Amino acid sequence: MSNNNWHLYEVFIRSKNGLAHKHAGSVHAQDAETAILSARDLYTRRGEASSLWIIKSSDIIASDPGEAGELYDPSDDKIYRHSTFYTVPDGVKNM
Amino acid sequence: MYSTDLRTDKEKKSADQQILDDAELWDTFQARIDNGDTIEAKDAMPEKYRQTLTRQISQHAHSEIIGQLPEGNWVTRAPTLKRKLILLAKIQDEAGHGLYLYSAAETLGRSRDDMVADLLSGKAKYSTIFNYPTPTWADIGTIGWLVDGAAIVNQIPLCRCSYGPYARAMVRVCKEESFHQRQGYEIVTTLARGSAEQKAMAQDSLNRFWWPSLMMFGPSDSASTHSSQNMKWNIKRHSNDELRQRFIDATIPQAEFLGLTIPDPDLKWNEERGSYDHGDIDWDEFWAVIKDGGICGKDRIQARRAAAKDGVWVRAAAEAYAAKQSAKEQVA
Amino acid sequence: MSVAEKYIGAKTPSKPETIYMLRLADNTLILGQRLSEMCGHAPEMELDIALTNISLDLIGQAKLLFEHILTLEDLAPNADVLAMTRPLEQYTNCLFVAQPNVDFAHIMLKQYLFSTMQKLQYEALLESRDETLAAIAEKSLKEIAYHIRFAKTWLLRLGDGTEESRTRMADALDCLWRFTGEMFVRDAGLADAVNAGLSTDFTQHYDGWTLEVESVFTEAGGLTPPETARMIMGGHQGQHDDNLGHILADMQFMQRSYPGLKW
Repeated sequence: MSNNNWHLYEVFIRSKNGLAHKHAGSVHAQDAETAILSARDLYTRRGEASSLWIIKSSDIIASDPGEAGELYDPSDDKIYRHSTFYTVPDGVKNM
Repeated sequence: MYSTDLRTDKEKKSADQQILDDAELWDTFQARIDNGDTIEAKDAMPEKYRQTLTRQISQHAHSEIIGQLPEGNWVTRAPTLKRKLILLAKIQDEAGHGLYLYSAAETLGRSRDDMVADLLSGKAKYSTIFNYPTPTWADIGTIGWLVDGAAIVNQIPLCRCSYGPYARAMVRVCKEESFHQRQGYEIVTTLARGSAEQKAMAQDSLNRFWWPSLMMFGPSDSASTHSSQNMKWNIKRHSNDELRQRFIDATIPQAEFLGLTIPDPDLKWNEERGSYDHGDIDWDEFWAVIKDGGICGKDRIQARRAAAKDGVWVRAAAEAYAAKQSAKEQVA
Repeated sequence: MSVAEKYIGAKTPSKPETIYMLRLADNTLILGQRLSEMCGHAPEMELDIALTNISLDLIGQAKLLFEHILTLEDLAPNADVLAMTRPLEQYTNCLFVAQPNVDFAHIMLKQYLFSTMQKLQYEALLESRDETLAAIAEKSLKEIAYHIRFAKTWLLRLGDGTEESRTRMADALDCLWRFTGEMFVRDAGLADAVNAGLSTDFTQHYDGWTLEVESVFTEAGGLTPPETARMIMGGHQGQHDDNLGHILADMQFMQRSYPGLKW
């Protein structure tokens, strides 16, 4: 039954303008139009959306979880990038 | 329950024998789980974990899809426009939940088509509760009240299970399902406060669905030897009996409130435990339904096979159309 | 008191407004009921959800209309009695909406032809003297726009898909086309509603509608409507074919078996 034209699409929903699109799940479809209709019917039945994005899952470029160490750990100790690293004398305001 | 392993011991053994897992991976993986880490789709995981989850999530998905049918039996006959709308929306949610769950299961590497093929061939299991018939309208109320009530007890802990895609699907499912149990209880309440005939209808339905609902939580802990590994992996957080007891304790006052009688003469409040004692569950009936599909199992599978058959040419048409369109785009 | 008098049923409407609105309500009720038969049985799980969505919209539209009718004329104690207890000949939906589902080609074609008609029919209500009706039409038109988009999407794919899907679509067109004329008949019911300021005459758009749907058929693999010597009609006058009785047997089962109860 499996075939190459039954694509998996990832669905992203913007719940209201001003917010970012957030991953909601996925749908199967043969093309973009049916994917958007299915995503609408499946993920926005309770007024969850003001906008939808869909993208073929195979078009997503993801980092390799096996490389998570080299990619992300080096930033863990760079605490000087966070504002809480710095002390501001008492009495100084609006900073 | 939807997530209980419903395979026979023989089926489990033969599946287990095919798995060869690296001991080192097994240890580092367990350390991650013990650390409270969430496992994501592309993370390294023991093959046994992958298989257990694929089986559990797909079985859960099958249960949602098959679960449309007993209630679907009443869509065209719902007594009022409001009830018809609510019932349609609820069954639609179940189809949606099936899709969320198939998607979650697919992240583990098996395609939805393959999982559905297992359902249609009878190889895959689903919750036995959906093999019971719904001869009266009261059953629509009882299913919402008891079956969805039991599902909520089971599913809420799964929102925090170790596998991220499953946990996220369950969060969405639980959020949407909050109305399902309430609408069921509302139907039963209306009947219990209605005519003598309506009240009898509600009681009859409770009589038929009470024990099958308790069976949804799966075999008693003393008989279930397979859940400890799932607990270690944090894909099951409470034992079958613990969840079943939680459900019983929550449901009895709801029945009493309506003046309905739970069909268990041994039901009694146990002051010491702070819980209800209940009569023995007929596990022979439970295993018989798993094996032969009970009253409706064959009809359920036939209905899904018919739908799949109707879908073959529709899918082929959509594929052919998409192929023609992309060929046109390439020329242009 | 005779059994007939004791029977809890709905009265026949007598005002031009309620007569016309009952027709609109019956149309969406019966089509919604037909679509709801697919719940749990659609050819693809995604389509199951989509068809149920359309069914919910249609039955929701019917419910609003029935409720509004009851504010204008005391025909029944509530919308459910009005919707679910009348004898067959008092349903005034067109024959088209009661046609069987058969397969996904029939379902989509029926939806497309109905929704494109319904768009014109409801646009003609936007300037209605009856503000509630105009508001119902305005709300419904958003739903209708989506129904058209969805049905057209599938019409194109099935018409211009495979040999089998095209054959099925041609067969559906052959079965359904002869019932489309009734949807655009300017009969007494519509004429009275127009005179009462309830609606404008949407049937003036019949030719435009025909051109529009035929151009979509052309796009959908070159389908053409069959040669039709005449259109089949009668539903608006309560003269129904074999289908409605079966639909009502299901739909009225509870209201008729247990008259007067709350559910």
